[in-house]
Amino acid sequence: MPPITVTQDLVLAVAELSQLNIDGADIDDYAVDMTKVLALVEQMHGVDTSGIAPMSNPTDASQQLRADEVTETDQRERFQAIAPETDGGFYLVPRVVE
Amino acid sequence: MQDWEIVIGLEIHTQLKTKSKIFSGASTDFGAAPNTQACAIDLGFPGVLPTVNTRVYEKAVAFGLAIGATINLTSVFDRKNYFYPDSPKGYQITQLETPIVVGGSVDIILKDGSVKTIQVTRAHLEEDAGKSMHEDYHGKTGIDLNRAGTPLLEIVSEPDMRSAEEAVAYARYIHQLVTYLGVSDGDMSQGSLRCDANVSIRPMGTEAMGTRTETKNVNSFRFLERAINHEVERQIAVLESGGRIRQETRLYDSDKDETRPMRSKETATDYRYFPEPDLLPIHITQDYIETVRQQMPELPEAKIQRFVRDYDLNEADAEVLASTVALADYFETVARVGGDAKLAANWVRVELLGQMNRDSLTPSAESLSAISLSANALGMLLARIKDGTISGKIAKTVFAALWHGEATDPDTYIATQGLTQVSNSNELIPIVDSVIENNPQQAAQYREGKTKLIGFFVGQVMRQTAGKANPQQVSDLVQQRLLD
Amino acid sequence: MSELHDKTISQLLLDLDNKAFSSVELTGHYLDRIERLDPAINSYITVLREPALARAAAMDVARQKGIHPPLAGIPIAHKDIICTQGVRTSAGSRMLDNFIAPYNATLVEQLNDAGVVTLGKTNMDEFAMGSSNENSYYGPVRNPWRADRVPGGSSGGSAASLAAGLCAATTGTDTGGSIRQPAAFCGITGLKPTYGRVSRWGVIAYASSLDQAGPMARTAEDAAHLLQAMAGFDHRDSTSINQPVPDYLAQINGSIKGLKIGICTEYFDEGLDDDIRTAVMAAAKTLESMGAILSEVSLPNTQHAIPAYYVIAPAECSSNLARYDGVRFGYRCADPESIEDLYKRSRSEGFGREVKSRIMVGTFALSAGYYEAYYRKAQQIRRLISADFSQVFDQVDYILGPTTPSTAFKLGEKVDDQVAMYLQDIYTIAVNLAGLPAISIPAGQSQGLPIGLQLIGRHLDEGGLLKVAHNFQQASDWHAQRPNDGQ
Repeated sequence: MPPITVTQDLVLAVAELSQLNIDGADIDDYAVDMTKVLALVEQMHGVDTSGIAPMSNPTDASQQLRADEVTETDQRERFQAIAPETDGGFYLVPRVVE
Repeated sequence: MQDWEIVIGLEIHTQLKTKSKIFSGASTDFGAAPNTQACAIDLGFPGVLPTVNTRVYEKAVAFGLAIGATINLTSVFDRKNYFYPDSPKGYQITQLETPIVVGGSVDIILKDGSVKTIQVTRAHLEEDAGKSMHEDYHGKTGIDLNRAGTPLLEIVSEPDMRSAEEAVAYARYIHQLVTYLGVSDGDMSQGSLRCDANVSIRPMGTEAMGTRTETKNVNSFRFLERAINHEVERQIAVLESGGRIRQETRLYDSDKDETRPMRSKETATDYRYFPEPDLLPIHITQDYIETVRQQMPELPEAKIQRFVRDYDLNEADAEVLASTVALADYFETVARVGGDAKLAANWVRVELLGQMNRDSLTPSAESLSAISLSANALGMLLARIKDGTISGKIAKTVFAALWHGEATDPDTYIATQGLTQVSNSNELIPIVDSVIENNPQQAAQYREGKTKLIGFFVGQVMRQTAGKANPQQVSDLVQQRLLD
Repeated sequence: MSELHDKTISQLLLDLDNKAFSSVELTGHYLDRIERLDPAINSYITVLREPALARAAAMDVARQKGIHPPLAGIPIAHKDIICTQGVRTSAGSRMLDNFIAPYNATLVEQLNDAGVVTLGKTNMDEFAMGSSNENSYYGPVRNPWRADRVPGGSSGGSAASLAAGLCAATTGTDTGGSIRQPAAFCGITGLKPTYGRVSRWGVIAYASSLDQAGPMARTAEDAAHLLQAMAGFDHRDSTSINQPVPDYLAQINGSIKGLKIGICTEYFDEGLDDDIRTAVMAAAKTLESMGAILSEVSLPNTQHAIPAYYVIAPAECSSNLARYDGVRFGYRCADPESIEDLYKRSRSEGFGREVKSRIMVGTFALSAGYYEAYYRKAQQIRRLISADFSQVFDQVDYILGPTTPSTAFKLGEKVDDQVAMYLQDIYTIAVNLAGLPAISIPAGQSQGLPIGLQLIGRHLDEGGLLKVAHNFQQASDWHAQRPNDGQ
């Protein structure tokens, strides 16, 4: 894959996926920074990795399974004490249109 | 007019019947106060980590075995990243590249009696999302995360269905199967089974797939049929007016009975799947699979065949009686206690199901355990018909009393109400004689060869004994006394 | 006799047993020093004066009764990415400035069970992303050795507080060098355990497959004290290792005679500071004089570690940090107009520049069309790097090299050069990719600033690493050097 030059459009597209507001002069700033970081990263493109299995975790153990038991109790009051906005036990957000 | 071929694939999300959630120890009970069953893991709090509920694997493997699928000995959880208020972590833990169940198929029976095989692509484990409440919060949306983390098995079919009827038959089959297996409680009113329908159309006789739409979250078979038919009609209308189908996610609105695009998912979504680093690959052994296989209940087809073979039932009766595990178990108890499988089949199918239908009950495990009439009691009742204690007619009276909870033990009820069949000839002969005496004209006609009048005399005797006489015995006695 | 605040845990335990002073006195001494000295260093985000004194008093009572846990009354501090129940746990971010953790991390529970007193929560780079502690919402931390220098990062507050005598030991987390690099810059001992040796439950995630918490202490022996309590299987962390915890304190006293130590040629490249090269080679000679057998080894894929890391860590971070959305906890923007406005403004205002930058890079690396060339490629390289280590560990028991290419650099020196900052991690990062344990210990000074020596061990050989480090510390006094605090 050829080196990536991060364009304004790419910054905006990635910002949308990341749910971040990036605007004005910041767009170019991010474009320059991302291009530099990706140039560093792209050094790996020269490495021959054919036939190498990706390694997503350093542990080669198998996932242990948990017994199907209810171990949690209602802690809504504690959890919602630090919530930005709640009502009647619900977390509130601006109206969502489906 | 162009002929269109309809192409349908279904993604069925079935909630697994577990006590606790797939990745946390919070309860999965339905209907709790909002956010009282959402623990720190379900809420996606900082620093929390998921663990995996062993039961979800048993259930997924059982389902896979039931449809003849390949069970992956190694399966991996992935993250599907998207922002939505009912998805608290900003990602859903699911299985993309290596799901637990791959392939398999099911045979569905269509209305014309033909059988069609539907291929299953895969079935994977994932977590359910929370719920958004759009009313009553002063123009805001309320988020309840009790459902977040409820285990789901998503069953994905190949695009093998060619009509709404086929899609519904397939969905019903899957519903029956997961309920049978105890994989899910199958309660659709509580969202235990929800369908996403991928629908496209293409000119009849062509191979290339048309652009498909996905209609999400259809939670009844009736709505599924309607949603698909509406979507097909809409797509035909668009294409025949020279338009193009947009690949999009649509929502079925049951109030308006229409599908419409989902506004929130308009922008093309890039889910950025990657292996969930908080969980390790899950390795299972062939021994584990065999253990699950041995613990699996009998499946619908096997049960039907056994009923036909062992109880000498016809296929149609067997199918009805095996429609749910609970009904099949009920029937088998009645047959065992009553000592006559055919009689039991008849009573369960006609009397019990008829009564339940009149009371708007389905033969589910819940309703069959809730009704007053136990399988044991019904079996005892049938035993009393068999041994001649009561007539079939009287049995219906006792059935009604048991159904309405006026009695629980048929023998006690028969005794206290004096319903025991009169079978003593010494008691019956005077009644038979008086009937003959009081109807000389009919007696004469009978003697002249009008033997059909036997029924009239038996009826008269039965009336006088309030139904307690044994009709066969009465018939014999009437003949004997008339010809004397 | 050294000052009270310079004593090791081993010394403090003896003194507490001998009633030379109480834990309340010791805790009070640290708290007073924090009050007096920390405004200039900024190593603490939260100081828990009253709870710490109350806890110390309880531990004094327990000690008087004669039955007490092993570290009863020892005052430590936790990196502020580690959840402490009822106490703000900010991760150095505005996003969590108002987050009062509703639970303890497992390692906090374990250390509490061992009897420690928690003095407070230490400063750090936001969400552990940084190598200088300049990315904190609570301001930069100064290196106690020289105020114009950074303490390293991301566990910079932990390292600085320890070097300044503001606690007896601390916890840190290490995703790409975040325990070892600040330990090197501040002249202390920092151990990054094997991935999965210490539970991640309650440790706020940066990059889940790389994050590992560990002890930061004055000596290898002190690190063993802490690790003894922190290590162990946790059923709440699916990636934690289900293996028994050895007796580290017993292990450190073994001899290093006959142990094979490989000097990694790739770690002595042209980017390495000459004073560090000299100091590390001298340290190797010291170990040789104690019976270790030195040889040269090669980790050929070393140069690819930083590229792979700066894909994998941001990718995981972009997903791990998606939960900060202003809905259930943490920062929420004022008057959101829509759900999207709520998400975007809360996240844009709540996160700092470096965090946003890594979220962006990580999101890119996972996105359609780039996943294979970036994320998948990086995970393949990760396997190559891991295989390099496996091969070398067939030949030697430990790998030796410098912890950092330079000593502590100046504040502001690299803030405008992200890539130069990333290259700080060149010797530490491969260890995280492979999940191995590694330790940084003081091994010299250059112009009055500490130099760190790194030792890398086999999977689960923390005990051996601590033994080599302890042996070295018996034969050297770099670990006993203290910055002059002018007090």
